[in-house]
Amino acid sequence: MSDIHPGSPGMPQPVQNPSDQRAFDTNEGKRLFTQYNCSGCHFNGGGGIGPPLMDEKWIYGENPENIYSTIVEGRPNGMPSFRQKIPDNQVQQLVAYVRSMSGQLRKDVAPTRNDSMNARRSEQRTERETPRRSSPPPQ
Amino acid sequence: MIETRNTTLKICAALSFVLCCTSCGGIHNALNPTGPQAQNLSRLWWLFFIVCSVVFVLVMIALLLSLRNRTGEPQVATAPVIEPPAEQERKRRNVVISAVTITVIILFVFLIASYSAGRSMTAELEHKNGLNIELTGHQWWWEVRYDDVDASNIFTTANEIHIPVGVPVTFSLKAADVIHSFWVPNLAGKKDLIPGKINTIWLQADKPGVYRGQCAEYCGLQHARMALWIVAEPQEQFNAWRQNQTQTSVTPASDSQKRGQQVFLTSTCVMCHAINGTPAGSNIGPNLTHVASRNMIAAATVVNTREHLAQWIIDSQQYKPGNKMPQNNLSDADLQSLVEYLQSLK
Repeated sequence: MSDIHPGSPGMPQPVQNPSDQRAFDTNEGKRLFTQYNCSGCHFNGGGGIGPPLMDEKWIYGENPENIYSTIVEGRPNGMPSFRQKIPDNQVQQLVAYVRSMSGQLRKDVAPTRNDSMNARRSEQRTERETPRRSSPPPQ
Repeated sequence: MIETRNTTLKICAALSFVLCCTSCGGIHNALNPTGPQAQNLSRLWWLFFIVCSVVFVLVMIALLLSLRNRTGEPQVATAPVIEPPAEQERKRRNVVISAVTITVIILFVFLIASYSAGRSMTAELEHKNGLNIELTGHQWWWEVRYDDVDASNIFTTANEIHIPVGVPVTFSLKAADVIHSFWVPNLAGKKDLIPGKINTIWLQADKPGVYRGQCAEYCGLQHARMALWIVAEPQEQFNAWRQNQTQTSVTPASDSQKRGQQVFLTSTCVMCHAINGTPAGSNIGPNLTHVASRNMIAAATVVNTREHLAQWIIDSQQYKPGNKMPQNNLSDADLQSLVEYLQSLK
């Protein structure tokens, strides 16, 4: 057997986040988003100190692996690294939740309601944004 | 066949005897009241129990007598009685009227007893300023915050509430996620902890001792393992305990403990737990500033020993499946140091 295929190289397989398929995980992600103080900078997704997460703009990519490395590695201009601070499965839950904020997940998986302040529509009722690349805001 | 039945009967008798014995004492028992609140409730319970038992027995006796004094077979095909005998009719009417009167009187006695017990349990709430404790229910543990006019005396602990004997203690009840209920049967009745609302209850322990409390409102997977201890102790002992709790955590003494502290501050622990006197200041999980001074961990689920603590850190899910603490992959050496550090936090 050989790994060499005839013709042009195929598209790389997209990375699947198992939490994208589980309503429990997206809801846990939503809880952790507040408890780990992501909302301290990103607010309820509208952004403030950090960039908004509920819009269609993605500075470092909209795929699960991009968001995962944003959380674990950190990013320039303020995003800290949570390496070893957040267990892997919880990072996956956060990744799924972040994607649900701009309607990237199925409606039956996205969180259905807000626990406290009703600052925005629930993720389930959020329209799906079409992701596009964006550069970081000027400092 | 008969022999097995006899054995079963004997076992049943022995079992009910044992159950009766345990119901008279115990640290989780409403029939063993050790405070004014619980005494109120238990008095009410015995009143209802005795009166209702007597009424039940009397009704059964009346029923049996009337069955025994039946006057032969009912006559079906005879002509209907147009006028019942006046004497008999008067007797029967008197019986019914007196029975109804007695029933109404008993119900009124119950009403008054229940109302006055309820009043005496809540009426003095404003005047009971002995000690103020803010109790917050979490899935599945209790956050305990001791209020004080002096801000430096305010401290937070978890799952183990020390109170002085003979002093009324007021609890402000809150909830962080879902509805819980605070229930220490030996000291007081139940009161719900409701998100977005503050409920108040006061209680007082008349005898020193340890009393068990339990969440009494179904709150999710580990509702059954959401317990707490109330430790009632003499005032001097309580003051000493309180004095210790207001201090920041001890600085690690040995190298191993220092390493344990570093493990704590650089791993997942620091995301949820606080240890006063270190940079760890999160309030999602129980405050661990004086974790070694508590007798139990995990909301009175297991005894606070070295083994339990280590197993809880590595895989808390084996004790309380579904609880919010994640599994942690620590190396053996790191875990040993971490446990040593936590055990030094007296």
